[in-house]
Amino acid sequence: MGLLSLATFFPLLGMVLILFIPKKNISAIKIVALVTTFLSLVLTSYMWSQYDYSLHGINMESQFQFVEHFSWIATYHIEYFIGVDGLSFPMVWLSSLLSFLAIIASWNIPKAQKGYFSLFLLLATSMMGVFVSLDFFLFYVFWEVMLLPMYFLIGIWGGPRREYAAIKFFLYTLAGSVLMLLAMLAFYFNVTDPVTGGHTFNMLHMFDQNNHIGLLKTFDGRFWLYIALFIGFAIKVPVFPFHTWLPDAHVEAPTAISVILAGILLKMGTYGLIRISYPILPDIARYTSYALAVLGVINILYGAFVAMAQKDLKKLVAYSSVSHMGFVMLGMAVFTEAGINGAVFQMFSHGIITAMLFLLVGVIYDRAHHREIDGFGGLAVSMPVYTGIASLAFFAALGLPGFTGFIAEAMVFIGAFPVYRVLTIIAALGIIITAGYILWMVQRVFLGKLNPKYENIGDINTRELSMLIPLGILTIFFGIYPMPVLNMMKMSLNYLLTLIP
Amino acid sequence: MSNLNSIQYFIPELFLTAAILALIIVDLFLKRKQKSIIAYLSAAASLVAGFLAYQQFSLPATSIFQGMLVLDSFAIFFKILAAFSTVIVVFISLDKFRETAEYFILLLIVTLGMFIMPAVNDILMIIIAMEIVGLISYVLAGIHKTDLKSTEAALKYMIYGAVSTGIMAFGFSLIYGLTGHTNLYDIQMTLASGHVNSVAMFIAFMMVLAGLGYKIAMVPFHFWVPDVYEGAPTPVTAFLSVGPKAAGFALFIRFLVTIVAHPSSGAADTFVQNVDIQAPFLIAVLAVLTMTLGNFSALNQKNIKRMLGYSAIAHVGYMVMALVVFNKDAFGAIMFYMIVYLFMNFGAFWILESLSSKLGGEDIEHYKGLGYRDSFTAVSMAVFMFSLTGLPPLAGFIGKVYLFAAVIKQGWLILALLGVLNSVVSLFYYVSVVKAMFLKQDDELAPIQTSLYHKIMVLILVVPTLVLGVYWSPVIEFTTNSIGLFFGR
Repeated sequence: MGLLSLATFFPLLGMVLILFIPKKNISAIKIVALVTTFLSLVLTSYMWSQYDYSLHGINMESQFQFVEHFSWIATYHIEYFIGVDGLSFPMVWLSSLLSFLAIIASWNIPKAQKGYFSLFLLLATSMMGVFVSLDFFLFYVFWEVMLLPMYFLIGIWGGPRREYAAIKFFLYTLAGSVLMLLAMLAFYFNVTDPVTGGHTFNMLHMFDQNNHIGLLKTFDGRFWLYIALFIGFAIKVPVFPFHTWLPDAHVEAPTAISVILAGILLKMGTYGLIRISYPILPDIARYTSYALAVLGVINILYGAFVAMAQKDLKKLVAYSSVSHMGFVMLGMAVFTEAGINGAVFQMFSHGIITAMLFLLVGVIYDRAHHREIDGFGGLAVSMPVYTGIASLAFFAALGLPGFTGFIAEAMVFIGAFPVYRVLTIIAALGIIITAGYILWMVQRVFLGKLNPKYENIGDINTRELSMLIPLGILTIFFGIYPMPVLNMMKMSLNYLLTLIP
Repeated sequence: MSNLNSIQYFIPELFLTAAILALIIVDLFLKRKQKSIIAYLSAAASLVAGFLAYQQFSLPATSIFQGMLVLDSFAIFFKILAAFSTVIVVFISLDKFRETAEYFILLLIVTLGMFIMPAVNDILMIIIAMEIVGLISYVLAGIHKTDLKSTEAALKYMIYGAVSTGIMAFGFSLIYGLTGHTNLYDIQMTLASGHVNSVAMFIAFMMVLAGLGYKIAMVPFHFWVPDVYEGAPTPVTAFLSVGPKAAGFALFIRFLVTIVAHPSSGAADTFVQNVDIQAPFLIAVLAVLTMTLGNFSALNQKNIKRMLGYSAIAHVGYMVMALVVFNKDAFGAIMFYMIVYLFMNFGAFWILESLSSKLGGEDIEHYKGLGYRDSFTAVSMAVFMFSLTGLPPLAGFIGKVYLFAAVIKQGWLILALLGVLNSVVSLFYYVSVVKAMFLKQDDELAPIQTSLYHKIMVLILVVPTLVLGVYWSPVIEFTTNSIGLFFGR
């Protein structure tokens, strides 16, 4: 078993261990969860240190790193085939980091700790699995397995409307993924394995247009399969008309789960599009690119405007995610080097920044037990450290130079402007609206007269700082020196662009 | 093959018959307290019968009793499945029917019917086998004589059964009139040679479908299902939803590949219609209706047993859906799904049976907070529910993948789309049970103690549901090997 499998399945191992720990022994449960996610993070970090920046991945097995390739169900050509390249590795690393931090954020979860941590670890493994899978069936299994723990984590440990939010999330995402199942099976029967001549779930074989037969030779077949896949991924992103599950799920989920939802799960949608839809159906990706760009701009503006109208701090952050994912879509849609690199870098950067924002909302909610923006005021006086970190995070979200968000968004604009001039100009308005809602919110929450209710509110504590400071450092570090991530991405993404007609 | 020679190939059925007669006599000498011996003996008998059937697995396919029955791996697969489901049902029923020995003997008689059903090769045998299973099932549904709902269930079941069998018999008489044969192979030959009016054939097909559709609970012949499933004792419901249904599917497939279609000359694993009566399209419509109606009716159910009844209709819809393609992929997928369905459905019914007395009922309401009262059972129930929905990494998902794959392979994309959307709908009601168990915490209710027997039974059913979701190669190989259909007099 290779490093990548170990990193992926360490959390699952932790889950199995936890099942054998008695319910009462809460600290042992927490420590197992912490240690296994930490080991997973250590492994992915070690893999980063060993990462070969000269390999491009995407559609050649020899160009992938940390590859593990075994037969799983031979009669159906299903393989255990995992590996990473410049597109997936940043997300793999990010999910191991956020899983670890989310365990710290869950430290004081109030009830049924055993269930919570075991489900969480299952979630962690399935997230990693999605990003490392190179076999479509394996990918689908991980993708779906994620839903089960998520349903329970929102439904049992969430806020007052948790049942509604949990089932809505479940139904929406399942509706998307069954379409993906359909597309997956259609690909299976319309792709031949160049070696054996049989069908295959191997994604890399699907990417090779020479292996396509039957349905995949016709424009209609390709178009509708692309649409089916797109809806599956779009619900996860979420792209504008499919976004309504997101505010409910994010608001009702406990803090750590919101972090995972916004930091990792949303990226799976865009990741899937780039990893699967683009290389299998590059012509249709090109054909529909304008629609994707328009949807991206709608996401940017709609998300920003709705965020501005929110009274609930967490809902504001949730809608800001919708808006920020719009930049990813716009960057993906233009097929320029700056655009697609900006898009994937935005996935990485937004993962870090939005995790900080949700953690910060969690910090204040733990103390004040509400999230009404207008219910606070002048918190800078009573919580100076918290205000400092929060301003850093919110400025990062706003796209201020010096933070990762700026680089990503700037790259998207640079890439998109020559292709869709008008759309890019409209999208740029989103930056202003984003600045508007964030500054307005900062003003109402942290500045102004101190609300006497919160005169003696405790400032942020060490445990909370220990999660936020690493993320803060990362967003500044990669904001000033993004090359470690960009170099990794650009090999793969620039190569991917050559595959698109 | 002559009758005398055929007897050596009829050993499992003969053994079952002997066991039934022996058990009736043994029952006379047992005291009230000792009646449970009959249960164990009948489980043993059906286990042995299943084993004897397995012994015939590698025999060359042939027809026996002058072409009345066939002996092929397809039939043997369903015989083993029938025997296995009877064994599990015996253990599910053990507690409730401890002192009702005749119940177990009746079960064995149904098993005998289910042994004959997949092996038929003659119209008359179809009717006889279906009636053996049917008549005894009516008695089983009404075995609680004093329970109004149970007797109502039995009566409804019987009236529907009688009518649909009658219609089916009429359809068969038309087929006999059209072809002049009762042997399925002869009918196939006559039909395939042409000269048969397609309208007449279509009418006959529809009429036969009434009987088969009733047996497997396909829309629009499903009306008996919810009432019978709710009214009959839970173990009987569990049994009806798996055993006779599997045998019904075997019969359906046998009917399709003989009377409706014949093997195409080029490839032996695909079939073409004898007379073009648009059968695939008709089956597709019925499949969509079946799953949609089943799922949407299940949405509002408060009683889990009734809900599972409607959901059973939906599952029939998924399986019938695969039949539109008339090839071995579809048959294999259905057979695999039957195995998977056996475990997950029996699992759900077993939990229902063993917990409802402790929880005070079998409504979703009663399962509130079960996750905090008996987490092992609740987690297992959740596994069964999610597996029935078809979520990975559970067995139900793999079953559905094969069903959908069979359809998609032949390009029925819209049909597959309707199927997968249906499984999204089904999530809503399955998850409502899970929601009641885990999301509604109720601290006032005390933890439930369950017996070791209960736990072992749950484990026996939940482990395959989990394992088959991750590794299913041996099972799929077994089903693929079992699709050897015999065609001949």
